[in-house]
Amino acid sequence: MIDVINLQKSFGEHNVLNGINVKINKGDIMCVIGPSGSGKSTFLRCLNCMEDPTGGQIIFNGVDIADFKVDINIHRRHMGMVFQHFNLFNNKTVIENIMLAPVHIGLADLKKTKRQNSIIKLTNLFRSSKMKKELSPVTTDKAQIKQKAKENALALLDRIGLKEKADVYPSTLSGGQKQRVAIVRALAMNPDVILFDEPTSALDPEMVGEVLDLMKDLAKEGMTMIIVTHEMGFAREVANRVLFIDGGQILESAPPEEFFGNPKHPRLRDFLSKVL
Amino acid sequence: MGDFAKKIDTFLDVFINQNGYVKVLNGLQNTLLIAVLGLVIGIIIGTIIAIVRVIPKYKVLPRILNGLCSFYVGLFRGTPIVVQLLVFYYVLLPLLGVRISGVNVAILVFGFNSGAYISEIMRSGILSVDHGQMEAGRAVGLGYWTTMLKIVIPQAVKNILPTMGNEFIALIKETSVVSFVGALDLYVAFSNIGSNSYEFMVPYLVMALIYIILVLIISAGIKLMERSLRKSDRRH
Repeated sequence: MIDVINLQKSFGEHNVLNGINVKINKGDIMCVIGPSGSGKSTFLRCLNCMEDPTGGQIIFNGVDIADFKVDINIHRRHMGMVFQHFNLFNNKTVIENIMLAPVHIGLADLKKTKRQNSIIKLTNLFRSSKMKKELSPVTTDKAQIKQKAKENALALLDRIGLKEKADVYPSTLSGGQKQRVAIVRALAMNPDVILFDEPTSALDPEMVGEVLDLMKDLAKEGMTMIIVTHEMGFAREVANRVLFIDGGQILESAPPEEFFGNPKHPRLRDFLSKVL
Repeated sequence: MGDFAKKIDTFLDVFINQNGYVKVLNGLQNTLLIAVLGLVIGIIIGTIIAIVRVIPKYKVLPRILNGLCSFYVGLFRGTPIVVQLLVFYYVLLPLLGVRISGVNVAILVFGFNSGAYISEIMRSGILSVDHGQMEAGRAVGLGYWTTMLKIVIPQAVKNILPTMGNEFIALIKETSVVSFVGALDLYVAFSNIGSNSYEFMVPYLVMALIYIILVLIISAGIKLMERSLRKSDRRH
């Protein structure tokens, strides 16, 4: 699904990623670990071009999204992202946070179809009866899009047990609640893959569990996930592949049993001996 | 004190019997019109400039736009408002062959002028919003401008509302120079009343009172607005 080919990223003179090659298949749960400053967050942020790569390719569903000519917004709809600091929209209520993108994009698409239809109608005037183009069908309207997004948002909130918090502002939520809302906000777009950038690092130890549980649920449902994390236990339990990045390169890539049980690279052995 | 009572009588006579109040109302209307429309134009121009100035500048077009905006801000902050009024009214418009009234020129000039100031206020507001908000918006597939307008600007506005209130109050007071281009505002109305009776003390005193009352009303309004915008900060 995602094919990363020789990915490079530098900030000025400073090379952060030096040629990363990795393939992510549908249903993969990949954990990325590494010391701080190793480039693991930058790697994740390059995957949806939050940081524009300075070299290499990222083939997502057959399109190279590292190419500047590609409209990245369309591809980001299929790539959810969860941040270390939650980044819920502070000026929107919880449910608005979840509905915002689906509604906005639904309406934008509706507008686009209508515009195209009116152009087709106009050009049809000049076409012979055989040549007339079909109008693309408009099956929905504004109210319907909103209604659907709302139902979906409520169902998602129900799933994480925060239905009664639908109309409050994020400032009233605890860290764990915020992060769970952030995860369902990403889910609301029905993404093909979700990128997690240290989702539990900013949480109180008490709240780490509830977020990890939700992520485990997603994993069971077959969601493709790429997770930068320091939670070794979680990586061992849930991931089907673990990457070790240091110095902007993948030093080891293996299934968790092998990764933790029989690490090959000396740098990884050193790292694991310190954190485990 | 008897002298002062006589002066008040003279003023009231001109104000009520000689239709002074019509001029005052007219002047008040123009003052408010110039200030409010000037602020609206200023907010629109200021917001656009502010966004242009915070756009990442990898490409050529944003760089050019940024240069233009810097020039605009430099120009309007670097010259006194009276000079701008005079240049617009007596130089620019005749050169272009356009004839519009002094009030309309004042609205435009005050709009352009406050746009330059508001752009900097707005820019500081935008920069005060956590960068993560923009990232989160982009990550769910919204475009730069959509995220800016729906997420970042509303939060920025909340942060800069007190400063914006300052700007509006300054605008109201600065309109007292529009007589330079022949527009009738509060100052002109009261100075006319004064010259009708050769008695300036009371008219100018009343004028000062009206300005103070205007500003107090506006401050109260801003406070109310701020309170309603702070909703999302409150913990229920």
